[in-house]
Amino acid sequence: MPTLQYVPPSGAEFGELPLTTEELLRGYRATARARFFDERAVTLQRQGRLGVYAPYRGQEAAQVGTTLALEDGDWLVPSYRETAAAITHGLPLSQAILYWRSHPAGWRFPDDVRMLPFYIPIATQMPHAVGLAVAGRHQQERPWVVLAFIGDGGTSEGDFHEALNFAAVYKAPVVFVVQNNGWAISTPTERQMANVRIVDRATGYGVHGVRVDGNDLVATWVAAKEAVARARAGEGPTLLEAMTYRIAPHTTSDDPGRYRDEEESKRRAAEEPLVRLRAALRSLGVLTDEVEAQVQAELEQELKEALEVADAAPDIDPAEIVEHVYAEMGPDQRMAWEALGGR
Amino acid sequence: MAADVKVSTAETARAPITMVQAINEAMALALERDPRVLLFGQDVGVMGGVFRASDALQQRFGEERVFDTPLAEAGIVGLGIGLALGGMRPIAEVQFAGFLYPALDQILSHLGRYRHRTRGRFSLPMVVRAPYGGGVHTPEQHADSPEAVLAHAPGLKVVIPSSPERAKGLLLAAIDDPDPVFFLEAIKLYRSERQAVPAGHYTFELGKARIVRPGNAVSLFCYGGMVEVCMKAAEVAAREGVELEVVDLETLAPLDEATILDSVRRTGRAVIVYEAPRSGGFGAEVAARIAEEAIYHLEAPIVRVTGWDAPYPPFTSVEHHYRPDAKRVLAAVRKVLV
Repeated sequence: MPTLQYVPPSGAEFGELPLTTEELLRGYRATARARFFDERAVTLQRQGRLGVYAPYRGQEAAQVGTTLALEDGDWLVPSYRETAAAITHGLPLSQAILYWRSHPAGWRFPDDVRMLPFYIPIATQMPHAVGLAVAGRHQQERPWVVLAFIGDGGTSEGDFHEALNFAAVYKAPVVFVVQNNGWAISTPTERQMANVRIVDRATGYGVHGVRVDGNDLVATWVAAKEAVARARAGEGPTLLEAMTYRIAPHTTSDDPGRYRDEEESKRRAAEEPLVRLRAALRSLGVLTDEVEAQVQAELEQELKEALEVADAAPDIDPAEIVEHVYAEMGPDQRMAWEALGGR
Repeated sequence: MAADVKVSTAETARAPITMVQAINEAMALALERDPRVLLFGQDVGVMGGVFRASDALQQRFGEERVFDTPLAEAGIVGLGIGLALGGMRPIAEVQFAGFLYPALDQILSHLGRYRHRTRGRFSLPMVVRAPYGGGVHTPEQHADSPEAVLAHAPGLKVVIPSSPERAKGLLLAAIDDPDPVFFLEAIKLYRSERQAVPAGHYTFELGKARIVRPGNAVSLFCYGGMVEVCMKAAEVAAREGVELEVVDLETLAPLDEATILDSVRRTGRAVIVYEAPRSGGFGAEVAARIAEEAIYHLEAPIVRVTGWDAPYPPFTSVEHHYRPDAKRVLAAVRKVLV
């Protein structure tokens, strides 16, 4: 199976793209928005206006392209690095900011955003994605499709294996996206697994497997569209391996200089998705200076408003710590709540 | 939550049933009443479960609602969480509580935490059933009692029935509950006793301890398989004119501290009985609460009767030396009555 690619890193010399002009512009806007948020989030973190943050620079196409393939009613299941997918799927920026500020208001995602919370324990979201997908078959005639994200390191966990196997057995309408970004904190993929082609495992589970250039938005979007259509048609799950690269540190607390050659990282950064998308769309005449300037102005405005909303969030009441443990507080939570000054 | 229902004489006229039959009835009723209820686990479908708790339910409700899973406990619990997130009411069976450990990440990281970490957006109305405990010569690692691990995790409810009638009403309440409930079923009790059980739907309130035998000399705190052991001890003591009060905790989390303290304040003596290893067992929590809130009512030190600080023995001919029996309970009673 060759790696699916439509637009090479140069952003030049490519064939016909299977997306409409409107889609290409939508894809550009979403990718630029994801990049913009990530850059600003890192800055905000350095200013002390965000807590520890997991940047995704370089992985925008892998997240945005796959998420754009979802339709109304479909679900997104993220790990912790999927802020790009989340905001593409409708999570308001103010919500993302409050989440990364560790403010409880940021942890209550709006009801109309069909996504599960960010997941910290590695791979534990995978079986949930399968259950959620199976539930859709019980709930409605046209099943919702679940798009679940994991990283290359996460595929070493037992939950990854169990979820793939369960999904295959139940033919669950789920698309598993592995963002193979080369690193699990300091552990490179070749020390994570002997066969670094994660997509090869699809055969073992009896699921459909696709490997795409994860830095090519056209490829991630087209591959995910096909996988979503298969899932919806009852043809079962897909394992979609998106080859990308973690340009940034693991989190804002990480120092990659301790474990990797940053010269190599700089070389790999040249393959990043936004540069090539811009070049390709400019060569097609889809993207112009005016459009870029307009998008940039809109993003600045959106972030400004989001920060105003986030900054206006009320101070956190310590008693909130013991709220939402059960639907109704038990006697022990009530005691703690009162001790924390709850009223 | 519905209060205890009156048992009508017409209903009690039918033949007494075992606890495993009562559990089967409860699940059948739940599947019948609510299309969101699903039942799954290893061998629960065609075979009806290794203990036959789901006997004939797949035939009755179909393979979409009662189904077998691959042999993977984390996957079973994780699948259930996903089903609950998608609006279903899953009942997962883990074949033995001693096999829960691969699922602990799902249980501790998510099952008890989901409501909290989504600030109330998602609840997980899920029941995980698992047979637990010893006394029936099971093979190695089939007799564990991991209730303390589960009761320690915030957000989980832990319920352990001690009779057919209680099992049915508590399981139906657990299925209705908006929060995740662990329902631990003492293997020893599955078929040891038959009891008249109402045929219809009824529930018992979760979070309430229950005085199963009133007394004034010593409070015996127990749950699940230890309730019959304590009742036996109480009968023996009664012959000597000593009235022991047997308190079935029934729900370990959230714990009904008020009933425990009330009993101790009346009797002035506490013996706590559980079959899990002694150190860090759930009875330590009961003892701590009594010490914190009622120590001046105590006439004697609190005593625990427990499994030993060793793995549950796979050496079946001597396992009765591990699992507490009426004799050991009575020895503890004598100790606190000195």
